[in-house]
Amino acid sequence: MWKTILRRLLIMIPQLLILSLLVFVLAKMMPGDPFTGQINPNMDAKTIAHLKQELGLNDPVWVQYTRWVGDLFHGNLGQSYTQHVSVLSLISDRAVNTFWLSLLTTILTYALAIPMGISAGRHQDEWQDQTIQIFNYFTFAIPGFVFYILGLWLFGFTLGWFPISGSVSASAHGFWGVVGSRLYHMILPAILYALITTTSIVQYLRTGIVDNKVEDYVRTARSKGVPENVVFNKHILRNSMLPIAAFMGTTITGLLGGSMIIETVFSYPGMGKLFLDSISQRDYSTLTALILLFGILTLIGNLLSDIIMSLIDPRIRVK
Amino acid sequence: MEKQSDLLLDIQHLHTGYRLQGKFYDAADDVNLTLKRDEILAIVGESGCGKSTIAASIIGLYDHKNTKVTGDILYNELNLVGLNESLFNKIRGDKIGMIFQDPLASLNPLMRVGDQVAETLYYHTDMDEKQRHERVIELFNQVGMPRPEEMYRMYPHELSGGLRQRVVIAMAIACKPEIIIADEPTTALDVTIQAQILDLLEDIQRESHSGIILITHDLGVVAETADEVAVMYAGQIVEKADVKTVFSHPLHPYTRSLLNSMPQSDDEEQDLHVIQGTVPSLKNMPREGDRFAARIPWIPESEHEADPKVHEVEPGHWVRCTCWKNFHFQEEASGE
Ligand SMILES: Nc1ncnc2c1ncn2[C@@H]1O[C@H](COP(=O)(O)OP(=O)(O)O)[C@@H](O)[C@H]1O
Ligand SMILES: [Mg+2]
Repeated sequence: MWKTILRRLLIMIPQLLILSLLVFVLAKMMPGDPFTGQINPNMDAKTIAHLKQELGLNDPVWVQYTRWVGDLFHGNLGQSYTQHVSVLSLISDRAVNTFWLSLLTTILTYALAIPMGISAGRHQDEWQDQTIQIFNYFTFAIPGFVFYILGLWLFGFTLGWFPISGSVSASAHGFWGVVGSRLYHMILPAILYALITTTSIVQYLRTGIVDNKVEDYVRTARSKGVPENVVFNKHILRNSMLPIAAFMGTTITGLLGGSMIIETVFSYPGMGKLFLDSISQRDYSTLTALILLFGILTLIGNLLSDIIMSLIDPRIRVK
Repeated sequence: MEKQSDLLLDIQHLHTGYRLQGKFYDAADDVNLTLKRDEILAIVGESGCGKSTIAASIIGLYDHKNTKVTGDILYNELNLVGLNESLFNKIRGDKIGMIFQDPLASLNPLMRVGDQVAETLYYHTDMDEKQRHERVIELFNQVGMPRPEEMYRMYPHELSGGLRQRVVIAMAIACKPEIIIADEPTTALDVTIQAQILDLLEDIQRESHSGIILITHDLGVVAETADEVAVMYAGQIVEKADVKTVFSHPLHPYTRSLLNSMPQSDDEEQDLHVIQGTVPSLKNMPREGDRFAARIPWIPESEHEADPKVHEVEPGHWVRCTCWKNFHFQEEASGE
């Protein structure tokens, strides 16, 4: 068990190294340098050259790379090119917003998907299954952004039940006031987003149940006189959950990654929207930091998934 | 004289049909069999003859929506056909133990093998956890597993095929069932392991005095272990006798063909007989006349009964149809 985790952690070292190199090269290729947006027009070329020398921009590339990595370890991600704040504080504000929206979405997703998947798999080809399949065709066929815009238009603009943008209202005060306002802003995007993301989980769970319930080991359990509901919960369901557990890690790190589409449609100030904004505003320092962060999140997500899988499934543990 | 209680299972006019495109087709067609205490009854026939169907019907494990079972399967006055599930669950695992063909697929990959055996005890005994553990260790010893304490904690994929099948057997005999059904228990195993597993089954049978139904397509297995033999073809029992009779003077053309196609260990260069054709699929199974006739086309139709019945040709020796009387192999005929 521990060997599996250790081995998996060791694999991450070269992965992180390659990721950092790629992002570094990318950053070098992007236009702009640390002065972008900070130089005032009266500075003469000599001062700029001097500053460049001082910041080491004339050093060999590998020296710059090691310095850059060193800065990263100290949490120094540079200054935003377009907003006069550090990239770190910009990202951490947005990460908090994204975290709460993603958390609510994830909870809603599983709260919907697991009972739906179980019902569809258990009552394969009966009306429960057919109803859920129709729902799934619908949410699968319709592009996410169309669905979100429709939802925003109907429940936000037309009916006016929910706010149409932002993460918290400026007039909210007091702890509970802020919490309430945040929830109120998140509820519509979270429901809409959850409805779209349930589809794949429902499908995986249903397929898992349908496949597993005809497996020989299920017949063995029945031949031992194990009651049908226990056969289902203890044998069929546990094995059917494996594919979902495989997503678990990326779902957890996705809590910080956020969604570009939903955040943009709802003008929700989270990580996904920050990413798109930094592209459109050419805020390359923020963009670089975000790419690096998303890369690291993906690696950690896969790491977590692998650890979770090895905890659940003895077959993938290394001896 | 046989005591009444020696009869464990009395199967009468069993029909088991599967629904295919809305219609039911019998995969077991009027099967009559009995199983006695202390007896190993072999059901033998090629793949697709309906052997597993009989096993599934006895233990009540089939898709109830798409399977129709009629007739009687009497276990101590209790008819297992149509028995309700909660009653059946008291019998499965406790009175009837089941051993399947593929031991890897038969075990839950996510559960320790010891716990899988203990699960049987949980539902049929009032042992506490510690007692169940002890009983599993005892069973592992009985089925010849080395280092049972260590084995208890293993997962199925960590064991060899032979050890997995021993786990499955331990599971089936955990509650000392009166009836054990073994459906091709050695087919998925190496030849050397096969013999060990068969020996184990015989030992268990001798110790527990249970009755075993041994399903196989391998006459070698039958010769080695069985007391009684039922030969099955296309959903029907075509010949039934004790093992000596079946091997010394088989009568039905199918039994004789099977025996002729069996390799003899002492004669390596013999030409093995190959039975022409294949077992018909459920939908294409002839429902009238002799079902085996199509595979012995050189025997004129007049030799077969129009509606083949089972005849007791000598005490305890039953044969379907009368075509056996003038049956000969094709090679013999052309050699003249
Ligand atoms: N669940 C099922 N649905 C439809 N047909 C089946 C089913 N199970 C078995 N059959 C068919 O019934 C016949 C007998 O199968 P089976 O009892 O498995 O034979 P055996 O165990 O002798 O190989 C075969 O033609 C097989 O295809
Ligand atoms: Mg079979």
